Formats: sequence, C-alpha cells, structure tokens
Amino acid sequence: MIARRACLLGASAAWLTAGCAVFGEPPQSAALVAAPPAGLPARIELREVPFFPQTPYHCGPAALATVLVHGGLPTTPEALADAVFLPARDGALQTEMLAAARRGGALAVPLPPRLRALLEELAAGHPVLVLQNLGLAFLPRWHYAVVIGYDLAARELVLRSGTTERLTLGFALFERTWARGAHWAFVALPPGRLPVSAAEVDAVQAAIGFERAAVPAQALRAYDSVLARWPDNALAGLGQGNTRFASGDVRGAAQAFERVALRHDSAAAWLNLAMTRQRLGLHDAARVAAGRAVARSRSAEPAWLAASEALHRQLAR
Amino acid sequence: MTTRTKRTLATLVGMSLTFAGMVQAAPVAIGAPALITTEQAAAAQPGRALLEQTLARSDVIAGLQARGVSVEAARARVAALTDAEAAHVAAQIDQDPAGGEVLGVLLTVFIVLLVTDILGFTKVFPFTRTIR
Repeated sequence: MIARRACLLGASAAWLTAGCAVFGEPPQSAALVAAPPAGLPARIELREVPFFPQTPYHCGPAALATVLVHGGLPTTPEALADAVFLPARDGALQTEMLAAARRGGALAVPLPPRLRALLEELAAGHPVLVLQNLGLAFLPRWHYAVVIGYDLAARELVLRSGTTERLTLGFALFERTWARGAHWAFVALPPGRLPVSAAEVDAVQAAIGFERAAVPAQALRAYDSVLARWPDNALAGLGQGNTRFASGDVRGAAQAFERVALRHDSAAAWLNLAMTRQRLGLHDAARVAAGRAVARSRSAEPAWLAASEALHRQLAR
Repeated sequence: MTTRTKRTLATLVGMSLTFAGMVQAAPVAIGAPALITTEQAAAAQPGRALLEQTLARSDVIAGLQARGVSVEAARARVAALTDAEAAHVAAQIDQDPAGGEVLGVLLTVFIVLLVTDILGFTKVFPFTRTIR
C-alpha cells in the first residue's frame, strides 16, 4: 500500500516536471514576444493568397498549388499530385515538393530555420510553405500548410491549412509543430525574384536545381537575380554562363565565364571559357584558357585535371 | 588490385560517366566537348563519388515505382532532382517525413492526442482549443 502510494507520488512528480518542460514557451516565440522585431509591420495578412482545400492525404499538392498560383504560375492540386504524391507513404516528400515547384516554373528556396525569417517573407508579400508535425515525435502527423500572415500583438500566425481556409495558430503552438518538422520552410517564386531571408548557399542550390527543370532563358533569370544580390558567387556566375550558352548567347557566355575565371581562378570556368572561345573561333585564346584550366587543376582542383588536359591537347593540335 | 589502380579506375569510370552526363545534358555542337554543367561544378569536391550518384537515379525511379508511382511519372520526377537530391531520396524514401496528414484512429492514440491538443502541445484536431 505504502509502496503503491510512493509510486503514485513519484509518477505525479514526473508528470509535473514534464509539464513544466512542455509548458515552457518555445525559444523563438519567447524571443519574438520579448523583443518584437523592429522594421516589420505589426500585422500582415496576404488575403489574396488562394485557397485549395485538400482532399485526404493531399496536403502537399494543395499547399504547393497555393504558393504557385499566388506567384502567377497556373496549376491545380490534381495536376501536382502526379509530381509529388507517394501512394505507399500516403504523403509527399520534402525533396519532391521542391522539385515539383521547379517543374511548376518556380524557384523554390528553403528558408533559414527561424520564425523571424517567416515574418520577413510575409512582410515582403511571400507566402511560406511549411512542414509541420501536428502530432508528437513518436506519433507523427506530418502536414504541409501555407503561412499567409501574422499578428505580433495577438502573437499568432494565419495559415491556409488542410480544409481550413483561415487557421490562426499562436506563435508557441506553431513553433512546437514546426520544430518537430525540423523548422523546414520554403518560398517558391517565379525566376527573377528571391526570398528576402534566404541564405546565399540555399539560393544558389535552388537556382542549380531550377536549371535542371526550366528552359535556359528562365534559369538565366534565376542566376541573374542571385548574382544581383551576391555578385561574388562563383557557381551562380558559372550558371549564368551555362544558361546564356544554352540560350544561344555564346558571346555573353564567354563574358560570364571569363569573369568567374579571372575572379575565382576556377578550373571549371577556365574549361568552359576555353570551349566557348573555341566555339567563337578564337583558337589562341581558347588554348590559353585551357592552359589555365590545366594549371589550376594541378594546383588545387584535381577533379578537372583529366578533362583539362584532354581539352588542352585537343586545342594544341 | 592496388589502391592506386583502384583509384585510377574509379576516376576513369567517374570521368566517363560525367562525360556521358554532359553529352546528355547539353546538346551543343556535335564533336566538340560539352560545357561543364553548374551542377557538376557544384558537386566536384575531392572524393565525391559520381558513380554512386548516377546509380542513385535509377534507384529512385525503381523506389517510386515500388511505392505506387507510374513509370512515366517516376521518370519525370527524378529528372527534376539534382544528383545530390536523388542520392538523398534513394537513401531516405521510407524514413523522411511524408506530409499527408495520416492518423491511426486507435482510441488510445485519439485520447493522447486530444489531451496534448488541449494542453497546447499539438494541433491534430480542428475542433480543439488550447487551454492557454
């Protein structure tokens, strides 16, 4: 009897301790409430964002259609289901959500894992697609939704979610469900526009992925926008050259490759510059560039050594 | 086989696969070598196994098919993935979160989640309001 009571007492103590941990305000919401971000409007709601009520298990296609149509890229959840739905998993994978956005004509850029980044995007007029785990870590209920607004005073977010056109969630509750999905979020915009909060590496990777799915002229716009914000990015410069070349602008491609080659001494840029100059009939200049590719590969980028030497040999003939 | 021979062989196979990829990716002047793609430049870090990434693509197509996606849809879906993404999907297709709102309706599960919903810890049911 005594043992049993002790056990119950122990159990209640454990429950109380766990309760405190659960009830503590999640860190990002607490920080937001303690120090409301300067420079952001107190309240935003992107009312014009369309609503596609989801059918069972199809929150992925519905959420994706919401952001694409808002970005001026016409589509439907039904059309997108073929691109993302995985029947055996009754849902859609994150990687495929990004890839399907590309196929739909949008540059999909993951955001930094911060609540603040979501608010900045909303203030810039960009709805944010988020992954939530609405259940618990051991009872997951994965869900995609679109955040369309916030209210700093009321401490809540507004979402298009599932079959609810306007769902309001408190910062704390949203953060718990979002943290269980590893704070995953992305913004999908037509090429030429970039999310305001995106990190350089994420924007570049997004453009590289987009180049795979888009026509060269569209991919070029994505690289141009990345370079406008981060002019020193070597990969974006290379992408600019490649997409200009693929669009038929060989001279413009040579300029882009030359810029990257001179600024970064990149073996890949020297190689592409050599091939582009050869295409333009500038054989001597092409041979010089190939020589620089060989030298750079030998000193720092062995991955391109074989290709550089082969090209150099061919041009020397 | 010595390590050196193995390495040379791996490089050769890798390079030929890269070259095959380039030919396929960029239809430029026949006979001229193709440009290095942006994706290849991004992936060209020392020790990166190009061979594995190429194999990952066929793995993903097979994996999607095995999970109910048609052949044509699977091919189109894989074509939109970068090599790195294809490798990730190939490895994680059954482990990654799949957003879709799935829920077993077992009574205990229902009650646990109902309680956590009311405590403001989860948001499974549309009809719950948190007590805080």
